[in-house]
Amino acid sequence: MENKPYRKLRWKIVATILSFSLIPLFILGFTIYSQFRVSYTAKIVEDLRALTNNTKNAIDLFLEDRIAQLTTLAYIHSFEKITQDGYLDQVFGVVKTQFRFFIDFGVIDDEGNHVAYSGPHKQLKGINYGNELWFSEVMGLSVFVSDVFLGFRKIPHFIISVARREGNRTWVLRATIDTEAFVRMVRAAWVGRGGDAYLINGVNLLQTTPRRGGRFLEQPAGPDLSAAVATSVEEIQYNGKTNLYAATMLAKKKWVLVVKEDPREAISPLFLARITGIFIFIFGVLVIVAGAVFVSLRMTERLSQVDREKAILDAGLIESSKMAALGKLAAGVAHEINNPLAVIKEKAGWMKDLLVDEEFQGKPIYEEFEESINRIDYHVERARKVIHRLLGFARRVAPVQEMVDVNQIVDETIDFLENEARFRNIDIQVNYDEKLPGIYSDSGQLQQVFLNIINNAIDSMEKVGGEINVETKFHPKEKEVTVSFADNGPGIPEELLPRIFEPFFTTKEQGSGTGLGLSISYGIIRKLGGRIVAASGKGMGATFKIYLPLKQ
Amino acid sequence: MRFKVLVVDDEDDFLQTLVNRLRVRNVDVKGVDSGEKALQALERDQVDVVILDVKMPGMDGVDVLGEMKRKWPLIEVIMLTGHASIESGIEGMRLGAFDYIMKPADIDDLMDKMRRAHEKKLNHEEKIRQAEIHKWNPPN
Repeated sequence: MENKPYRKLRWKIVATILSFSLIPLFILGFTIYSQFRVSYTAKIVEDLRALTNNTKNAIDLFLEDRIAQLTTLAYIHSFEKITQDGYLDQVFGVVKTQFRFFIDFGVIDDEGNHVAYSGPHKQLKGINYGNELWFSEVMGLSVFVSDVFLGFRKIPHFIISVARREGNRTWVLRATIDTEAFVRMVRAAWVGRGGDAYLINGVNLLQTTPRRGGRFLEQPAGPDLSAAVATSVEEIQYNGKTNLYAATMLAKKKWVLVVKEDPREAISPLFLARITGIFIFIFGVLVIVAGAVFVSLRMTERLSQVDREKAILDAGLIESSKMAALGKLAAGVAHEINNPLAVIKEKAGWMKDLLVDEEFQGKPIYEEFEESINRIDYHVERARKVIHRLLGFARRVAPVQEMVDVNQIVDETIDFLENEARFRNIDIQVNYDEKLPGIYSDSGQLQQVFLNIINNAIDSMEKVGGEINVETKFHPKEKEVTVSFADNGPGIPEELLPRIFEPFFTTKEQGSGTGLGLSISYGIIRKLGGRIVAASGKGMGATFKIYLPLKQ
Repeated sequence: MRFKVLVVDDEDDFLQTLVNRLRVRNVDVKGVDSGEKALQALERDQVDVVILDVKMPGMDGVDVLGEMKRKWPLIEVIMLTGHASIESGIEGMRLGAFDYIMKPADIDDLMDKMRRAHEKKLNHEEKIRQAEIHKWNPPN
């Protein structure tokens, strides 16, 4: 009911705090992360490009070295010298000590005849290569590097041939080289666990065995990058997996070096950063949410407390101004009625005086008159008492500190309610402590409290009737006076007992009680330096006990 | 012993009835219905006790009392008050009224208070007389 606006306000505060703190937090986190991601990705690409270029340069350098070596050999020997029996073996022996991946050497004349051979396959000597494509190529370009192929021994190898022009004839020095020589260089570019590197020729056939997927001299398990020329790095999706591919063509041979990198692996520090960031973000959000909820709870609690205090204050003010107005009215009415009453009394008294006249003595009408006059007197006295009470009530409206007789106040209060109680079949019993001393207090306010409690008791027993026991007692040791009101009505359920002094708490039907009576009473008694306690249980009746100090 | 009483009250019915009742009780009584008339009456006649209503239009009971006590300090005054004007009655006593009585008053109560007021006045006059004798015939 009255909690609803506070709950709404609470959520509004939470939402405001959250939006003002989470939005900047989110923007900050997102910006830092994306900046980091951009620069990190750029760095990965650059690293991959550098690695590819380095590997390419190394292989190129290797090929260049071999070509230079062979060219030197060809040019420091004449055709006659190198084809002398056993001489090539000598040269090959020396060269092989420097570079062990040479498999064999051979010399071919300008007709394509294999005129000298040094190496494990002696049967190759004498074969004519005149119609081979590579032979015409080397004769034209003076250098030829073959694709890789498997020889008799099933070892992958390739051939470098150089042609020398000597006088009017040209001859060719040919060397077979185990690819193992540069496979190592390619392997050096296998990055991490998922990375790969391999060479392909111009028609996308593998020249080295890749780490995984695809066999030697077959197509690699990857995109066709055989057309690559300058170094390029791209993210390519292949078979549902996205990888970074760098490709570059060698300078000395139309081979393409492909380096593959698993981006998840490369970016894993970035992932770590992201996960850390997300955790920090979630933690931050939790802290902010908790803080926001806590703050808004505290604020609304405080607010509702202030509102409640204000409501009590307002209710008290309304109550006291109501009482003041009532007091004025009562005083006015009392005064206006008092004068005619005085006249009636005097007139009745005068009639009585006149009856003394002998004229009336002994006649039957005399007694009738006397009786009537006595009744008039009696009722004037009754009216006078009512007015007296009314005025007493009016006078007590202003808060004062005076010597009050609690017994008398209880008596007057019961006087007010006696008719109502009797009408509802409720009996009010009193048990006064005759030795009750006067106390310094405010009789009007005490009366209001007593009225309230007795009224509640009457209301609770409205339908069934019952009994209210009022008892006053003096406790000399504690210097206290107690007034207790016990009814035998339906009582207050135990779980509701702690709440009965709360403002707006009511067990009466909607609209018939403000829920302020007991909280105002509680406030009054506290102000008067006393305390009020309630004891009850379902079906046990209710007892309210008020403790009042002799002096505040 | 008969004594002279002046009743002052603006409520004519009340005034006349009270005057009648006091007369029946052998009191030499007169009634006026305002404070001004009361002061005029005191100028003309000698009065022992005044019964004075506190609440009147025109000159208020307390003002009349002040004026009376200033001019005729020996006259005893009994204030007639309603419940609402009990404070005025108390104030009147502070200003020298003999007593107050609440309306509606009991006639016997009123008679009793008047008698005692008269006695007090007699005592007072007696003392003054004694003092005067003393003045003319000092001891030694």
